[in-house]
Order: sequence, then C-alpha cells, then structure tokens
Amino acid sequence: MKMSRGLLAEFASADALVAGVVALESHGYSQLETYTPFPVPGLERRLRLGHSRLPLLVFAGGVIGAILGYGIQWYADVRAYLLNSGGRPAHAVPAFIPATFEATILGAALTGFVALLIALRLPALWHPVFEVEGFESASVDRYWLAVGADDRLFDHNGTRAALDALGPLRVVPIPEMVA
Amino acid sequence: MATVLRSKIEPVMTQTHAEVTRDIVRTLETPPRSYYLAVFGAVFLLLIGIVTFTIIIKDGLGHSGYNPPVMWSVYITTFVFWVGIGHAGTLISAILFLFRSPWRTAVYRVTEAMTVFAVMTAGLFPIIHIGRQWIFYWLLPYPNQRYLWPNFKSPLLWDVFAISTYLTVSTTFLIFGLIPDVAAVRDKVTGWRRFIYGQLSMGWQGTDNQWRHYSRAYLYLAALATPLVLSVHSVVSWDFASSIIPGWHGTIFAPYFVAGAIYSGVGMVFTLLIPLRKHLRLEHMITDYHFDNLSKLTLLTGSILFYSYSMEYFVSWYSGNTFEQTTFFLRPFGAQWWSGWTMITCNALVSQLLWFRKIRTNLTSLFVISIFINIGMWFERWVIIVSSLSNDYVPWAWGVLNPTWSDWGILAGSFGWFGMWFLLFARSFPIVAIQEVKEMIPMPRLHPDAHGGH
Repeated sequence: MKMSRGLLAEFASADALVAGVVALESHGYSQLETYTPFPVPGLERRLRLGHSRLPLLVFAGGVIGAILGYGIQWYADVRAYLLNSGGRPAHAVPAFIPATFEATILGAALTGFVALLIALRLPALWHPVFEVEGFESASVDRYWLAVGADDRLFDHNGTRAALDALGPLRVVPIPEMVA
Repeated sequence: MATVLRSKIEPVMTQTHAEVTRDIVRTLETPPRSYYLAVFGAVFLLLIGIVTFTIIIKDGLGHSGYNPPVMWSVYITTFVFWVGIGHAGTLISAILFLFRSPWRTAVYRVTEAMTVFAVMTAGLFPIIHIGRQWIFYWLLPYPNQRYLWPNFKSPLLWDVFAISTYLTVSTTFLIFGLIPDVAAVRDKVTGWRRFIYGQLSMGWQGTDNQWRHYSRAYLYLAALATPLVLSVHSVVSWDFASSIIPGWHGTIFAPYFVAGAIYSGVGMVFTLLIPLRKHLRLEHMITDYHFDNLSKLTLLTGSILFYSYSMEYFVSWYSGNTFEQTTFFLRPFGAQWWSGWTMITCNALVSQLLWFRKIRTNLTSLFVISIFINIGMWFERWVIIVSSLSNDYVPWAWGVLNPTWSDWGILAGSFGWFGMWFLLFARSFPIVAIQEVKEMIPMPRLHPDAHGGH
C-alpha cells in the first residue's frame, strides 16, 4: 500500500468537527490537526495547545523600542549635538516623550508581526494538504480534521474506520510529498 | 451581547458561509468600464500633481503662494487633512474591535485601506513643503558627515516619528487582517491569479494553531494601533499649539484635533463607501445598519467639534488678550471671512442634521453631507493655519495668502494619488473581511442545545 502522511476527514459543521476531535482524543489520538475557515470556539482547549509566548515577545519589543527611541534622542541632543532651544535643558525629558512613545508602539507592533509569522511557520508556500482535491473548501464552509501518520495509534484501516464512525462527508488520505 | 448600543435598525445576516465567500470573491472579477474610467480620472489628477511637483523641484517654492508672514499654507493644510482622514479608519478597525462592536466587521477593511492610503498621501506633504525635497532624509537621526543631528525638542520632528510609525503600524495591521482572506480568495480562483494570491497568502492553512496565534496577535495589534489614534493627531496639533501664534496657542488643541480627524475620516468613509458598495453590489452586506452607526459616530465627533469651536471663541474672549481676540474676530469677519464661515457651516452645523434617523439612513443625503464634511474639514485646517499666521502680534507685518496654481496642482495630485491606490486596492483585494463576516453568522448546529459561537 502507498504510504501517506495521514488521513483527512471533511465535516459539514463546526460542531461535528469538535465532536470528532473529542471522540478521537478519547481514543488516545494525539497528532490531530484541524483546518477551518475561521477560529472555531472550543477547539484550542480540546487540542491542548500550550500558552502563547506572543505577549512576552510583544512586550519585549515595546521595551526595546522605547530604549532605542529614547537612547537615540539622548545621544543626538545631549551628547552629539548640543542645541540651545529657547534655553531648555539639553536633556529635555518631556520633549523626548512623544518620539519615545511612538518608538515603543513601533517596536511592539513589528515584533508582534514577525513573531506571529514565525509562530505560524509562514510563509510556507506548499503543504501536503493543498494536494488534496476539494481541500479549498477549508476556507469556505467546510471543517477538516487530519490525523497524522506519525500518531502512535495511526493505522491506515483502523484510523479510517474511526474517522468514518464520526459521520464525515468523506475521508481521504493526505498524499506523500512528491519528490 | 451588546444590547446597550443596539439600535432599532438591526444587522441582517441571511447569507450562508459559502455565499459570503462567493459575493466577496466576485468583487475581484474583471471590472466594468466605469471602474477603468475612475482609475484614469485618478491617474490624470495624479499627473497634474507630478507635473506641478516637477516644476517646484526645478524652480523652488516661489511658485507657491507663500507671502510673509504666512509661510505655511496649502501644503500643510492638505497634510493635516489627509492625516486626519486616516484616524477614522484606525478608530473603526482597532478601537471598535476592542469594544467588540458588531457593526465594524463589514466596513473595517474599507476604512483600514483608506487609512493606509491617506497617511501615505499625507506623508508626501512635509517633503514637498520643505523646499529642498531631495534632502528630506536630513530629518532622520543618523550619524553623518555634517556633524548635525535633528532637534528633538521640536514638535515638527515628533511628527516625523508619529507619521512614520502610524504608516508602518496601520500597513502591518492591514496586511495582517488580509492573510486569511487572501487565502480564501486563493482557494476560489484559478490559473495565474491563484498563484499570485497563493504567494500573498503565504500559505495560510487555517489550522487551529494558526487561528489561535492569529487571534491573539490581532488583539495585540489592535491594542497597539489604538493609542496611535489619539497620539498621532495630538502630535500634529502640537506642531501648532506649542508655538505662541495667536489662534494656535491653545491647550484644547490635541483633543480638538483628534475629534476633527475622526469626523473628517468618517466623512471620507461615506464618500468612498456609498459609491463602492453600489459598484461592487455589496448592498446586502453593508446595510442601513452600518450607515446608521457610522452616522452616529459622525454626529458625536461633529458635536465635539461644535463644542471645540465655541470653546475657542470663548477662551479667546475670556483671555482678555487683544491679539487672540483680534485673530478670532478676523476669522469670520476678516479678509478671508468665507473660509471661516465654510468651516463653521460644514462642520458644526451640517453634522447636526444627523440627529434625524431619516437622514442617517438616506444614502443620498449622507453622500451630500460627506462632501460638505470633506470641504469643511479642509477649510478648518486652512482657517487654523492661514488665518492665524496672517494676523499675529505686529499689525504692520500682517499679510494675506492667496494660493496659486502650484498649490491647487499639488492638492489635485494628492486626491489622484489617494484615489488611484484606493481604486486599485478595491478591485484586487477582498474589500470586506470574509473571515470576520463569517464569524458573525450563526453556525449550523448538530445539537440544537449546544452553546457556542459569538
């Protein structure tokens, strides 16, 4: 039999998908992945995904932005080029706040965007599931559930039977990567 | 659910998920002739601007109507006008997201695109205005052989940072929201278009892990864009308020400018959205419900403007300062009295029409009002800038500014530049957020008693 990367089941509703995930997890499957057109409430708890590290990274990006923003202003106006502007002190803290604030936001937002792409493993222009015919519906109104071949319990016929028992529209294999 | 803010006009959600995708992907099909005409119109205006700008670069700013003491005029007016437009977009896409406002969903992509292109337009004006446009990068702090550094005690430099941050963050936010929607388009089209949208979607699959990080990060970006709505136009207002020119030196300026920015931005949203929705046949998605809510936002900010105008006059009278009083007397009764009255009529008075629900849900009247808002808000900045500079402390140095062909050429070019980008965007990317609209639709359920969804 041809090797495959796992099996995909197509469901007509988000409830059926969530019920399927619950059933397979109770069987002991762990390498499950879902593909949905929008975030389906309740799935992340089912799939036991860990805590996101994004908040920490975004915070760190903001702090770095603030330090850089203030640092550049301090270096420019206090160290490198002293300019008497209406008799104000060279180190004019209140005047340095607006640009520092903007730099904080910029640092946090850009860090958030880059960290997100890394977390999502994007850009990744090809994925085996894209080879499945009809998988385009995952961005329209269908809910797909994948069981990876690397799952401890994975057995082509047994897993197919387990998926069929969930009442999907159909079950298809994920093709192996074409060399 | 948000029962507190619920109006009598309710959103209508009769479509299925598949219909949402179909209707929005349809807007990306080969456009009709009218669309090309609009694009050509925009490009023509842009060409006027390019030719004018080329002449200004060759000969210098002498072509523009600068007349001491009025050395800030149409370019700075138009700069503030376009920056202001952007603020409504960020308010709708970020702040209303944090407030979980349901009417934001169908319109936020239009407003976000408007923000990016408006700020992109605004960013050109300080560069045009500085006179030696080819050394604009001297504004940036970097080690250089001139041994000079910019003066961070000047609000003009704060502005450089505020605008560039605003442009970067709002562009990031727009691209970010587009990723799953571009993936949805990728899955519907064929051939070379599928290839292009596939590349642009970066290979989005919609796995649960992706959605989880995505929703999180979207929340953060919204939270980070929110303070920009308030800070960017505050910084712009400090360009004026931190000087001692009568008519500029007011503590009310930051909130007054922010309210004006949102007011003018929602005005521009009407101007763009009303024809666009008809052209793209999205009447069933962008409904009276959305226009009613947008109108209420216009009414609120317009009334804040009304208050700010009154307060400016009151404070100038109450200050007992002759120069302040003279400046504010000359706004409605001086040489350029027409500009003062345009500002008061179009902003403070016309916005009050929106108290009537009949007007709030009548698109013809809303479109006409939105044109008044655009004109009024341009004149507000004109009045603040030019009338204040015209009449400062030394009456023998007073002067009147009359704009020239180069001022109008650049102004026309800015509308062409903005219009061209907006029109190209509207036919190339989903102008309504597919994924978020789907989230608003109650899901078909297996178990009628199961609870979930939004």
